[in-house]
Amino acid sequence: MSSAKTERLLNLVICLLSTRRPLTKAQIRQAVPQYAENTSTEAFDRMFERDKDELRELGIPLETTSEDALFEDEVGYRVDRDAYALPDIHLAPDELAVLGLASRVWQRASLAGAARRALAKLSALGVPPDDGSLIGLEPRVRTAEPAFDALWTAVRDRVPVQFTYRTQSTGQVAQRTVEPWAVTSWRGRWYLTGLDRDRSAPRVFRLSRVESDVRRVGQPGEYEVPADHDPRVLVGDLSSDRPTRTTTLLVRPGAGQTLRRRASRVTPTGDDERHDELVVEFDDPDYLAQELVAYGPAVLVREPEDLRTSVVRRLQKVLMSGSGNEGEGGHEAKGPGGRAAMTEGTP
Amino acid sequence: MSESATERLARLLAMVPWLLQHQGAPLDEVAAEFGIAERQLVKDLELLFVCGLPGHMPDDLIEADWESGKVYLGNADAIARPLRLGIDEALALIVGLRALAEVPGLGDRDAVVRALAKLEGAAGAAAAVADSVHVDLDRTPDREVVNACEDAVRRRRRLHLRYLVPHRDETTDRDVDPMRVLHVDGRWYLEGWCHRAEAVRLFRLDRVVTATVLEQDGTPPSSARSRDLDAGVFAAGPDDLLVTLELDAGAHWVVDYYPIESTRELDGGRLRVQLRTADTAWLRQLVLRLSGAARVVDPPELAATVVDVAQAALDAYQVTPTQG
Repeated sequence: MSSAKTERLLNLVICLLSTRRPLTKAQIRQAVPQYAENTSTEAFDRMFERDKDELRELGIPLETTSEDALFEDEVGYRVDRDAYALPDIHLAPDELAVLGLASRVWQRASLAGAARRALAKLSALGVPPDDGSLIGLEPRVRTAEPAFDALWTAVRDRVPVQFTYRTQSTGQVAQRTVEPWAVTSWRGRWYLTGLDRDRSAPRVFRLSRVESDVRRVGQPGEYEVPADHDPRVLVGDLSSDRPTRTTTLLVRPGAGQTLRRRASRVTPTGDDERHDELVVEFDDPDYLAQELVAYGPAVLVREPEDLRTSVVRRLQKVLMSGSGNEGEGGHEAKGPGGRAAMTEGTP
Repeated sequence: MSESATERLARLLAMVPWLLQHQGAPLDEVAAEFGIAERQLVKDLELLFVCGLPGHMPDDLIEADWESGKVYLGNADAIARPLRLGIDEALALIVGLRALAEVPGLGDRDAVVRALAKLEGAAGAAAAVADSVHVDLDRTPDREVVNACEDAVRRRRRLHLRYLVPHRDETTDRDVDPMRVLHVDGRWYLEGWCHRAEAVRLFRLDRVVTATVLEQDGTPPSSARSRDLDAGVFAAGPDDLLVTLELDAGAHWVVDYYPIESTRELDGGRLRVQLRTADTAWLRQLVLRLSGAARVVDPPELAATVVDVAQAALDAYQVTPTQG
């Protein structure tokens, strides 16, 4: 369907690259057969204007000259070959190989086409890749979220956007207006960070919870991204200013394999031969409590008290929610404050 | 998905310099390089064939020949050099390299750093835009484990793994013929033929306690096929147990993480979901972790197990002294 147009654009690019002197619109109309077929000048003018924009969008440096005495008030067009071409950045074979690996990150994602083109361009500079050491490596991210394209381009262009969003903690769906700062893939999921205009505060949005199309509601470059914005601090727990603490756990012999791996000390207990004593460091008591609950009676907290209480409380909640069986009415059995502060990405 | 004329033009402008540099490349390799079907590649070549310099006399047109199944290209001087990297192109590679640079033990770090410096230098303004997209690849596996797996894949050597299975709370020993090391949904995995299971298995690298490269051939059996992981790693089988859960708002994230077969909204912001699992131990752990925010509706035996485990743990706490 788009063959005729692609053909026209390609001929136009070749024509503009191969001329040393700028060409007038009339000359271009003669030179590109698909324009010559156009009978009306008006139709040609419109088509040429659109084509110029498309070439510029592709990053083709289309020059216009009007000062040239030859043209009087006519505008001339050409593309400078050196401005057009990728400079030879003298890649070493191993560098080209890791660039290939980097392009594979997007293999199953929205930027796959761009990554492939980029790699093809660099490969055309004439370096044979040495990817012997990179066989069988597939570092992929996925962009299954439909909002990805609209949001990353909004970030790129610094355009405010509007979308409806389902909040995790409440399940409520509401319209949000955001100045997008960055998109980040963390633990396999995509997040948008930005200024929530209604709340006048930075917020994190998970792309999979964007429920509508993303609408642009402003002009490109309308706002600045704060210079010190580090999305990973906002999205993840990289800030982790929490002090590291230690816990003493009573673990049945052979059990708690994951905990044993990171224990700083493992000793058989004196008074209780049925358990080993593990000393484990942690920084987030909620996170650790979730993990410990899953072991049931095989792992018990001896200290600290707050962690022990947290695990016991969680176990009680499991009993309360699980015992009132059958049907949708059984839910009242759940105690107050039953909403667990679940840290995402735990599984 | 239909492609716009500009997208196609972008590919053609990248393809011409590549083909000029790789004369005689087989059709299927070229198609793979550009991520298109061979049929599409032939259409692209047919289009190039009719384009060329103004005048469009036979001598002006691009020469393209692919009759023999190998592609030869000529007379394309005007577009023989690749167009500068576009913003999205530079960004894709820069973000990819930055992500690779942060994984301990992965690939050739030195080459990554050098390539990144050159690319950022050449990309100009596009490099700044790359700051707006971040990819965090999993950085938790041990450097030694990553190195051993890479080495074994590269040299086709059998690996001996000590591997932790958290939901069974056991560490197992297995010999694996490695197929690939891959990152999916935020985790690194080794895919390989497991001699213990006599099947292709995925091993999460952060759960590999030790990986030892054995000096014996590690070529997987010819029947070993890589799994298609485009839909994620949790692929449920039709024979798996169907489990019904009720999720409070605090547990709704489960829907985003595991393949859910059906979802129904209940009052009070709760969801009733169905999912399949081959392993009830895994599900029991998940429900315990959710600590009351999720409830097993069906099967009742699983619901009873969850309650029993919680009760047993509470009983144990009754008789276990705190310290000091």
